[in-house]
Amino acid sequence: MGGLTWQLGGVVELVEETPRTKSIALALPVWPGHRAGQHVDVRLTAEDGYQAQRSYAIASSPKDAYVVITVERLDDGEVSPYLVNELRPGDQLELRGPLGGYFVWDESLGDPLLLLAGGSGVVPLRAILRHRRVVESTVPARLLYWARALDDVIYRDELMANVFGDSVDIRLMLTREQPEGWRGWERWTDMELLQEVTWPARERPLVYVCGPTPFVDKATISLIALGHEPGRVLHEAFGPTGV
Amino acid sequence: MGNGFVSRGFQRRRRPPDELADRLPPGQYVTDDYPVLSAGPTPHIETDAWGFRIDGMVGQEREWTWDEFQALPFETVPCDIHCVTKWSKLGTNFGGVSVDALLEGVEPKGDFVMEYSYGGYTTNVPLADITGGKAWVVTEHEGEPLPREHGGPARMLVPHLYFWKSAKWVAGLRIMDHGEPGFWEQNGYHNYGDPWKEQRYWGD
Repeated sequence: MGGLTWQLGGVVELVEETPRTKSIALALPVWPGHRAGQHVDVRLTAEDGYQAQRSYAIASSPKDAYVVITVERLDDGEVSPYLVNELRPGDQLELRGPLGGYFVWDESLGDPLLLLAGGSGVVPLRAILRHRRVVESTVPARLLYWARALDDVIYRDELMANVFGDSVDIRLMLTREQPEGWRGWERWTDMELLQEVTWPARERPLVYVCGPTPFVDKATISLIALGHEPGRVLHEAFGPTGV
Repeated sequence: MGNGFVSRGFQRRRRPPDELADRLPPGQYVTDDYPVLSAGPTPHIETDAWGFRIDGMVGQEREWTWDEFQALPFETVPCDIHCVTKWSKLGTNFGGVSVDALLEGVEPKGDFVMEYSYGGYTTNVPLADITGGKAWVVTEHEGEPLPREHGGPARMLVPHLYFWKSAKWVAGLRIMDHGEPGFWEQNGYHNYGDPWKEQRYWGD
């Protein structure tokens, strides 16, 4: 149970991924290792003793030197504005983990990997892709990533530089704002689009869907309607419902 | 646990109204939204295909159709709900049938229960935690039919435990003579899940 004890990690580096999003690299005194897809709980303590906790997905591969979380600032939030705007290298951050045993991937699973990300839902999927590269897995992988605009694309350079190798096929969907000359997709996750950009169910990919609740709900329902087995469509949703 | 650690520059930005402060368990924040967290896709169950069972180690198995269920004594349940992902919703109202009423004549022969759902979700609770006016099978929220994404047509309501113990799309209760971990309980989450003791994960 050592992984569940609160500990202080040192902030090694902060990387601005988008104007609203930062990656925080942490040096942790004790880390039992994690599986790609897991998360940590972060706890902030104010001078008066008040504490606030939130969960954040781990963005790094289990084999990376530091544990990295990527945080999107929610303007009316309490924890994310602190992490994105206030935290500096050299600060300490209290956390515990790794947590979660359902939305995880490791190379022993073997099947083609179909990843669907909505917004900052890309974070645990990036951990999966990094891990796949580090362990030199040869399973085919495809990432479908819905973002509002090009400036909102997290890990853009990394994804666009195709650092994961030729075997990762990355498809970007920009739903609100497209740059001049954009020739990619603009649509939200409707059935026809999914039919066009996903692999057919008969290829039996292992599917990971992560994003805001309405996105995850719609995508999983559509994938199952397209013939994917419910048990092979793993998903993690965050945020309020659209209703 | 904090050992005097202070997060440099962090200040509280959310504060529950004073009259609600003592209803907020440690590590939780108040939300007016009603977020959704599920382990699987949202199943679509029409009420004419819906049924609810109590089975397992019982003297008498019971099963209800939707219409039969509607004829059972209906209660409105004002309560607070607490999700392990840190949000709490205070002062919300569900409507449904108490588990006590459902267990009448069933004669449970074990002290443990597995709630099971359409779609395959399971969660375990001690029988003592869903009897004595502590749990309901609810079909309404704020006077409206329970929305599908929140577990409709019917979900369990066990408000004194973290909300994953209130199975959405509930199909039945299996009475058992031993405890067994359900879905999240096998995946790192606490076996019991008391929000006031912050029993979120294994070992808490």
